[in-house]
Amino acid sequence: MKLVTAVIKPHKWEDVREALGATGIAGMTVTEASGHGQQKGHTEVYRGAEYEVTLVPKIRFEVVVDDADAESVVATIASAARTGKIGDGKVWVVPVESVVRVRTGETDESAL
Amino acid sequence: MDTGDTAWMLASTALVMLMVPGLAFFYGGMVRAKSVLNIMMMVMYSLAIMPVVWFLWGYSGAFGDDAGGGLIGGGESLGLKNITLETLTGTHPTYVFVIFQMLFCVVTIGLVAGAIADRAKFVAWMVFVPVWVTFVYVPIAHWVFAFDGETTEGGWIANDLGAFDFAGGTAVEVTSGMSALALALIVGRRVGWRKEPFRPHNLPAVLLGAGLLWFGWYGFNAGSALAANGTAAMALINTTGTATAAMLGWMAVEIIRDKRATSFGAASGAIAGLVAATPSCGTVSPLGSLVVGLVAGVVCAWAIGVKYRLGYDDSLDVVGVHFVGGVVGMVLIGLLATQSNVDNLGFGSAGLFYGGGFTQLGKQIVAVVAVMVYAFVVTYVIAKLIDMTIGFRIDEETEVSGIDQAEHLETAYDQIGGGSSFSTGA
Repeated sequence: MKLVTAVIKPHKWEDVREALGATGIAGMTVTEASGHGQQKGHTEVYRGAEYEVTLVPKIRFEVVVDDADAESVVATIASAARTGKIGDGKVWVVPVESVVRVRTGETDESAL
Repeated sequence: MDTGDTAWMLASTALVMLMVPGLAFFYGGMVRAKSVLNIMMMVMYSLAIMPVVWFLWGYSGAFGDDAGGGLIGGGESLGLKNITLETLTGTHPTYVFVIFQMLFCVVTIGLVAGAIADRAKFVAWMVFVPVWVTFVYVPIAHWVFAFDGETTEGGWIANDLGAFDFAGGTAVEVTSGMSALALALIVGRRVGWRKEPFRPHNLPAVLLGAGLLWFGWYGFNAGSALAANGTAAMALINTTGTATAAMLGWMAVEIIRDKRATSFGAASGAIAGLVAATPSCGTVSPLGSLVVGLVAGVVCAWAIGVKYRLGYDDSLDVVGVHFVGGVVGMVLIGLLATQSNVDNLGFGSAGLFYGGGFTQLGKQIVAVVAVMVYAFVVTYVIAKLIDMTIGFRIDEETEVSGIDQAEHLETAYDQIGGGSSFSTGA
């Protein structure tokens, strides 16, 4: 099993959710996150005082999938989240040792 | 008693009360999330303590028959003992006037709180407010707001000097601004000032507060006619003209300087305009009110930057908006007061641009300077005494971790539940 984690632009979140839904992915965990990559934030002005805001809002979401599905899930996310501009985010994959479905006690692949 | 006047003064009084939570939201949105409850409590405490001070001695000191020199009222109204439900101020019951004027005092000291947001010991503030009201606000209110009656004498600015200050450009705005400066100097700069970003944490709250303040300000200014009449109507139209023009003025400065108009700037401009309208709304013409507003918006937008150059941390710009806006309103009266409004008020002269010469301008400036010096010096002394005894400043660790949790045992926003145990204390 693999854990796929993605950090993307908030306004692309709906597109990603729809694209993943179409591939049959059933569950995921979503977090409102803050961060920055190469773009290093932006400037805001309050009563004439300029602030460099380094952390910009992001959506971070995580989904655990079968080994066989990992590559296509990553590709789906990357394509749905892409705007081509700086700040589109990252998707990464790490191995998962075990999973338990809390309600039934099912484990590993049958718990996904 | 006139029932129409009484009805309007009852309504105006309720409108002014709404400025207090309005100010709490206006200020609350401007601070960081970790200190929003503290600044809102500082404002609301000003309301909570005030009847005690005002009923016992404050009202008598401000509006009692002059005790000498136009400086302070006498003691005949201590504890409101000589007032009954038949007692009238002009054409409305004095009980209404007592609360109307008390709420002016609440707004004034509430404004001062903005200068020391995020870092003042709450217990020091609790002591400071009644002392400040007694020695700063009460005498100044007597000077400015207590007019001679048929058998009584009032304060020196209103009667002997004859400056125009319709609703408190000196007593409320210059007083709060100068007291704020004195307090900011005593309490000192926030940790991280000019280095860390102190972004407003909730601009919609600032805009909500500004809206409530504007709504309440109609009672503050038009209610200062103390009657439901043409003078109140003049105050209403001029207040609208000045507030809106100041909004445009502030936005214009931002568009030229930052290439964008901000919501925070628009709200700040509206408040700067309401401040400048406070003294001037009874004496300028509707077109003159637009001039006052434009000047106030532009000048205050510039003035809030001065603190960074001079090095005092007036957290929420009480000096730049209230002191400066109040001075703009007071001084422009000396230029823009119309003869018909002067005739209506029954004293003083028209402004320089309306053929009145420099006479009124000089009186306006004397009133501003007197109130400015008195408010600054006396507030400085009171704050210094409190700082030397109780201490005005929370410790640095508390300030950095957040004053709400330390001073009030609360946090404004629940992030993730977070409770681990529960006790009713019963």
